[in-house]
Amino acid sequence: MNAPNASGWRPELGAPSEGKIRTASGDRGLMLEEPLIFELGQSGKCGVDFEELEGDVMPSLGRHLRAAPVDLPGLTEPETVRHYTRLSRQNYAIDLGPFPLGSCTMKHNPRLNEKMARLPGFADVHPLQPVSTVQGALGAINELARWLIELTGMHGVAMTPKAGAHGELCGLLCIKAAIEAKGEDRPVILVPESAHGTNPATAAFAGFRVENIPATPAGRVDLAALTGRLGPDVAGVMITNPNTCGLFEPEMKAISDAVHAAGGYVYCDGANFNAIVGKVRPGDLGVDAMHINLHKTFSTPHGGGGPGSGPVVLSEALSPFGPLPFTARQADGTLRLIEEEDAPAEHPQGFGRMTAFHGQMGMFTRALTYILSHGADGLRQAAEDAVLNANYLLRSLDGVLDAPFGASGPCMHEALFSDDGLPEGFSTLDIAKGLIDEGFHPMTVYFPLVVHGAMLGAPPGRGRAAGPAPQPPARGPPAGRAGAGAPAPGAARRRPPRRRREERRGARKPVLTGRGHQLPAGTPSLSEIGGS
Amino acid sequence: MRSLPLPEADRTEMLGVIGAASVEDLFADVPAFARLPGPVPGLPHHASEMAVERHMTALAARNMSAGSVPFFLGAGAYRHHVPASVDHLIQRGEFLTAYTPYQPEIAQGTLQVLFEFQTQVARLFGTEIANASMYDGSTACWEAIAMAGRITRRKRAVLSGGLHPHYVSTIETMARFTGDAIDARLPVLEEISDDQAIIAAIDETTSCVVVQYPDVLGRLPDLAAIAAAAQAKGALLIAVVTEPVALGLLASPGELGADIVVGEGQSLGVGLQFGGPYLGLFGCREKFVRQMPGRLCGQTVDADGKRGFVLTLSTREQHIRREKATSNICTNSGLCALAFSIHMTLLGGEGLARLARINHLRARALVERLSTIPGVSCLNGAFFNEVTLILPRDAREVVRELADRQVLGGVSLGRLYPQADALHRGLLVTATECTTDEDIARFVEALAEVLA
Repeated sequence: MNAPNASGWRPELGAPSEGKIRTASGDRGLMLEEPLIFELGQSGKCGVDFEELEGDVMPSLGRHLRAAPVDLPGLTEPETVRHYTRLSRQNYAIDLGPFPLGSCTMKHNPRLNEKMARLPGFADVHPLQPVSTVQGALGAINELARWLIELTGMHGVAMTPKAGAHGELCGLLCIKAAIEAKGEDRPVILVPESAHGTNPATAAFAGFRVENIPATPAGRVDLAALTGRLGPDVAGVMITNPNTCGLFEPEMKAISDAVHAAGGYVYCDGANFNAIVGKVRPGDLGVDAMHINLHKTFSTPHGGGGPGSGPVVLSEALSPFGPLPFTARQADGTLRLIEEEDAPAEHPQGFGRMTAFHGQMGMFTRALTYILSHGADGLRQAAEDAVLNANYLLRSLDGVLDAPFGASGPCMHEALFSDDGLPEGFSTLDIAKGLIDEGFHPMTVYFPLVVHGAMLGAPPGRGRAAGPAPQPPARGPPAGRAGAGAPAPGAARRRPPRRRREERRGARKPVLTGRGHQLPAGTPSLSEIGGS
Repeated sequence: MRSLPLPEADRTEMLGVIGAASVEDLFADVPAFARLPGPVPGLPHHASEMAVERHMTALAARNMSAGSVPFFLGAGAYRHHVPASVDHLIQRGEFLTAYTPYQPEIAQGTLQVLFEFQTQVARLFGTEIANASMYDGSTACWEAIAMAGRITRRKRAVLSGGLHPHYVSTIETMARFTGDAIDARLPVLEEISDDQAIIAAIDETTSCVVVQYPDVLGRLPDLAAIAAAAQAKGALLIAVVTEPVALGLLASPGELGADIVVGEGQSLGVGLQFGGPYLGLFGCREKFVRQMPGRLCGQTVDADGKRGFVLTLSTREQHIRREKATSNICTNSGLCALAFSIHMTLLGGEGLARLARINHLRARALVERLSTIPGVSCLNGAFFNEVTLILPRDAREVVRELADRQVLGGVSLGRLYPQADALHRGLLVTATECTTDEDIARFVEALAEVLA
């Protein structure tokens, strides 16, 4: 499948520039260019071997039939395997090297998780089978639910949310339902400035009005500002703890007490739970609801942007309002599924269903596998090691990068730096792109918004072993070069498959779908392929 | 496999660099009362890979897997054969363990896949554009209604009785909190879907009409007529496709006039997985792009003039727009989108048509055989691979009795609509390319026995 190919596709080589090697294929050694499937495939090709069936679909489908097959090319199996394998080589991934993304907890994805999730008893089970035939699946959900409740010191857990933001929505709907049940009207949710964008977006999505709460100079929620704003119109607060500056909120219990005293509820964004799992139970800090990203703390793969899974642990006050469905163990040890049929009698205050079916089962099996492998002791140790790694990173970069909260004590599992003090001509983006050239995924950049040119690093995995020991990832040449006052990077970029681009260019005139492979004249009609 | 503790020498050296006496010192910000002195009590400690595998395998063995018995369930989740190369390719670490492609230089693989996926979905749905995926069909459906509200500045959605009841519940949950009005109705056990009733319900306050195609009872509503009626009143038609394989044979919702098309992509590449993770599909007219939820991948050029791909129009999204974003969605269904896209690439348009044809013919054979059982009739005239049977008694009991006979014999309408007595004799049954003649014979035998 080396380009140029039969369809005439050629890699877009761009303008020749000095010192660049140009090849006929556009490839450079094993850095492979790859066309779109619409430039590779041909209509009529197919990589799936079907059993043929006799019969005519016209009598039963007649007027509903499409005029021609969907305009999509097919590839054979070897072509398909090659296409996706070549594309995969243009990705960076945890499996390739350090991934120090703050607030994303990019930890190793154990392959036992993948093997367990693929057992036919989990992977090949329909969500609406009779409950007598899915006792093992319900058992796995129930077992994971118990772990999450115990690890967080909470009262209940809603397992169905599909990802972190969906979990936030679940928690806020519980809060809204609880307020409605009290006959109150509290339209406002308070959100700290340093929160993930999903927090205010979720609050708005759930019909709340969002008000921001400032941070103190030490990077914590401003307790005085928060308590000053509490009142009969405030439904609650959304607090990330440990927060997005990489710091624990030491006043969390005081915040919770104040919010509760004012009749509100406390939502905790659990994105950073990895720093405290097995060390601190959010329930002990007065939290009413917290989502847990199974794809962060409990090692299910990020998959290039999902799927995630965001179960929400709930306090006793909010548990009656949680969503359907959920599992319940009966006296004889078997498990039931509480759905619409039983809800009026057994879960009358629940706010209803927030997705079809039972949640991200494939992620539950992976997370449960990780949890059982680690146990209560291993989870605690993983949190301790994550915090140790981040503090090592923080102190190793003393004098290289500015750590705005570095003086205020140790950080949790991520270390925050700013662009303050970078030499003229160097920006946070240059550091990020420089790290890419060095073969690292950059830290989270320009987030949180409370720090100028933020760089948020969470050294994943295993301490010094996570990077070229004993150098922590960000101590690599880019930061060093910056310190030495070397010329701004830019011209030298050539390692990644694609160079820094005009990222806004797509937005002015977006091209969102491929235009290639229009069906040529003479393409067989549907009746010739699938019809009579 | 657990992450084993750091070697003690490393810890000591790292603590030295940090200037702390112990790891416990690093948790100094946590008030003493909240700090656990040791592992959370009452929970097991770590276990070996073999021990964990034994435990999980024992749990899995307590489920009746679809492939082990004659299997006829659908109702929004369909069992299709997934070619071996799909699961192999999605397990490549470069895809499996990659992050969201915010750094385009080192995520071109994922980005090109998303661009190809968007193109495949748009062409399948007959829409001009599609996004990079949502959580699943049900949540995509609510997002479409919210989007229609932003476009039309109206807050009343009309739902067909043929919309999957879990989707209806998901919508009603959200609408209760956002203040949107939802005009929903139960399905009626008639051969023809409720097109006329929902057309009559459209007025000048209606933001959108939501119609499933094929509908939850397996019928085929007249999307073109509904689209015309909706658009005449300034409302949008949202078409919902829970079985995308059907579009291998059926005219696409986009060409029939739908403004927004959402769906569940689980049928291709993803598998049953007891309900998740699945794959929300979302396509619409290009002029609505700035009101769209979710990530979008666009084509651009890099600094050398080479074609490349990048996440685009992010100003709609929560990480930029915060409370003014079009949706709160962040993580979506990236790896499921990859699986769908690989399966679709293997099929191509013509392969999809052949797959759809096999499904339909299998379902016809199933209906013909089941209809011979005394007391059993089929509701549907036109259908794709799923139909509604009317049984002489409550289908919930029948399904349980079939399971006792090692047959997974469909989804009872009583399970889906427990409060609607008029529907309780209804049974949804589905056949796909996985259904064999022997499966059908065993189903017919078991059902005849249960109903005798």
